[in-house]
Amino acid sequence: MRKGIRNWGPPLLLISPTIILVGIFVYVLIGVNFSTAMTKDSALTASEFVGLQNFTDLLTEPRFLHSLANLGIFTVFFMVGTMLFGFLWAWMLDKGVTAEGAFRSIYLFPMAVSFVASGVVWRWLLSSAQGDRASGLNRLLQSIGLGGLQNDWYNAPGWGMAAMAMPAIWQLAGYVMALFLSGFRGIPEELREAARMDGASEWKLYRHVVFPQLHPVALSALVIVAHMSLKVFDLIMAVTGSVYITEVPATYMWVALTGAEYGKASAIATILLLLVCVFIVPYLIYTARAERKARR
Amino acid sequence: MRKALAAVAGLAVAGLALAGCSGSGDSGNNGDSANDDSQVEVFTWWASGSEKAGLDALVKVFNEQFPSTKFVNAAVAGGAGSNAKNALASRLKANNPPDSFQAHAGAELTDYIEAKKIEDLSAFYKQNGLTDVFPSTLLDRLTVDGKIYSVPSNIHRANVTWVNTDLLTKAGIDPKVAPADLDAWLADMQKLKDNGVETPLSVATDWTQVQLFENVLLSVLGADGYQGLWDGSTKFDSAEVTTAIDYYSKLLKFANTDGTGQDWPVATDMVVDGTAAYNVMGDWALAEFDTKGQTYGKEYTTWPTPGTDGMFDFLADSFTLPVGAPHAAGAENWLKTISSAEGQKAFNLAKGSIPARTDADPADYPEYQQGAMASFAKDTVVSSLAHGAAVKISWLNDITSAIGQFVSTKDAGTFQDALVQAQTKGLAQ
Repeated sequence: MRKGIRNWGPPLLLISPTIILVGIFVYVLIGVNFSTAMTKDSALTASEFVGLQNFTDLLTEPRFLHSLANLGIFTVFFMVGTMLFGFLWAWMLDKGVTAEGAFRSIYLFPMAVSFVASGVVWRWLLSSAQGDRASGLNRLLQSIGLGGLQNDWYNAPGWGMAAMAMPAIWQLAGYVMALFLSGFRGIPEELREAARMDGASEWKLYRHVVFPQLHPVALSALVIVAHMSLKVFDLIMAVTGSVYITEVPATYMWVALTGAEYGKASAIATILLLLVCVFIVPYLIYTARAERKARR
Repeated sequence: MRKALAAVAGLAVAGLALAGCSGSGDSGNNGDSANDDSQVEVFTWWASGSEKAGLDALVKVFNEQFPSTKFVNAAVAGGAGSNAKNALASRLKANNPPDSFQAHAGAELTDYIEAKKIEDLSAFYKQNGLTDVFPSTLLDRLTVDGKIYSVPSNIHRANVTWVNTDLLTKAGIDPKVAPADLDAWLADMQKLKDNGVETPLSVATDWTQVQLFENVLLSVLGADGYQGLWDGSTKFDSAEVTTAIDYYSKLLKFANTDGTGQDWPVATDMVVDGTAAYNVMGDWALAEFDTKGQTYGKEYTTWPTPGTDGMFDFLADSFTLPVGAPHAAGAENWLKTISSAEGQKAFNLAKGSIPARTDADPADYPEYQQGAMASFAKDTVVSSLAHGAAVKISWLNDITSAIGQFVSTKDAGTFQDALVQAQTKGLAQ
């Protein structure tokens, strides 16, 4: 018995600060948030328990559904864009270019800029003014003789959120590239040589040797990008502020909070958490299984 | 030895966790707070620009009038006041109020009043003779169930149309004469468009479009009908509101479509540089024209938005006395300075607004303010929607969202339904 404590006591003690702090500031607060979400809480008046009414109200409210649709469009374009460009760049760098280090830095640099700082610039770039008053991308298109491609960008009803994904893609494609590049580098050269010896064409080599090895990297990249996308707030606040046309759940939550509707804001926060969980939990289970398999 | 170390580490962790939970325990030092005028902690969002200059001027007057009360500045910057409001809500909820806090006068105070977080100041108004120097229609707007809860420091007007004189003269329209009503105004816009002005009217992000809609409502419904929207005596599904929505969509056809996401100066600058002829904006736009070197009456002029002449669509910053303020006597001194003639003069000259008192001397103020002061004294005062005077914030948020949707989809039916729902929800709470 005494020996048992000696075994697990010190490690437990060493991680206990983390356990306690994370326990309080993450899990307890998630609980508090959820209990607030079940009340008709305003900033000042006493709370009144209403069960799941906040959730049912939200899920039948056109405005919230609109923000979810916006988020869906944004997430799809953001994920496809970053994966596509990230993979393309990584593949080209892997093929061997001169000054690879320089290119790597160039593609990674945007990630060092905060969404708020770049958002202020993108607000100007994505200005939907056209003709004489055009600025940003519309002006650029005019000056290279492609005036017909001028666009409303995020101001377009419906698909405007796809334009909002452009800054996010610009910023994070480099990160996905870095992930893929490390994936490419992790594939031993011998495997490729062996495949070539067996007479595989370049396409078959990628299809049957390289891609399967990249599978875990792609999954990580996808999950990282997806959960960032679902939580997007700073970029949208910097580009347009909280306006209806670019509203996503996170900005709606902020509006509800400033309108002193704490119950509603907490309900939105809970829904956001669940949305992220849909992506994260299967991933965690998958990695846990993979690790256990590796240990065996 | 190892065990002892471990115990110490464990204690330290527990201590840390406790410290995290306990928060501010030193807020409840009471004693005789009602008579304590040693200091006053004033909570505002006036942290930069002309607002900071105004606050500094006010504090200077305060220090002269009440040298024994120390002014403690508790300004919270950012987000056009929304950061400050969130910080304030958590302080009030924890019963740790400042001695006085800034809030838009009118319905924005509803939440505070319902939660019994601020004191009735009717007695203060009587003692200091404020009921005689503030216009009676303003007092009507400030009064809730017979009680007044805040002291306005300055007044802004929201139904002002800013006009580029050059563009109008070129199109053969006299810029000095305001169109009689919305129809005449729309006709002028058509004339401007025929003369090559692509966007006769400029708009910016959602709240400026709310302000434009509020002006249209005011013009169509008149002062009483408009004011009735906020207490339920005018219904949003009435035919007049349908007419107003119709006018609003006609106006938007003459406006730029790229406004959403742009701050108000972008729209005002379109009038300055002659790409737009009209901009409906509050009179804080005056500073924008000033900094661009424009002269009132020459390059630009203003009139009340057509159809709203004789009405003063007001918004005001005001100060309160929270329940349980630690230095209530200090707060009263502060409110006295704000409402005094000298305090209002110092603040409004620096901020570019007009005083709430009608006994101020117009000669002290620049030209635009002189005109605004004259209308303020004689016009019917109504409450601005877009700036928190007419409805509480959650109701305004619903309206703003509905207008944002309308501007992008142009679906009048959905818009009116959303307005009706917002009214039902806003009045029910």
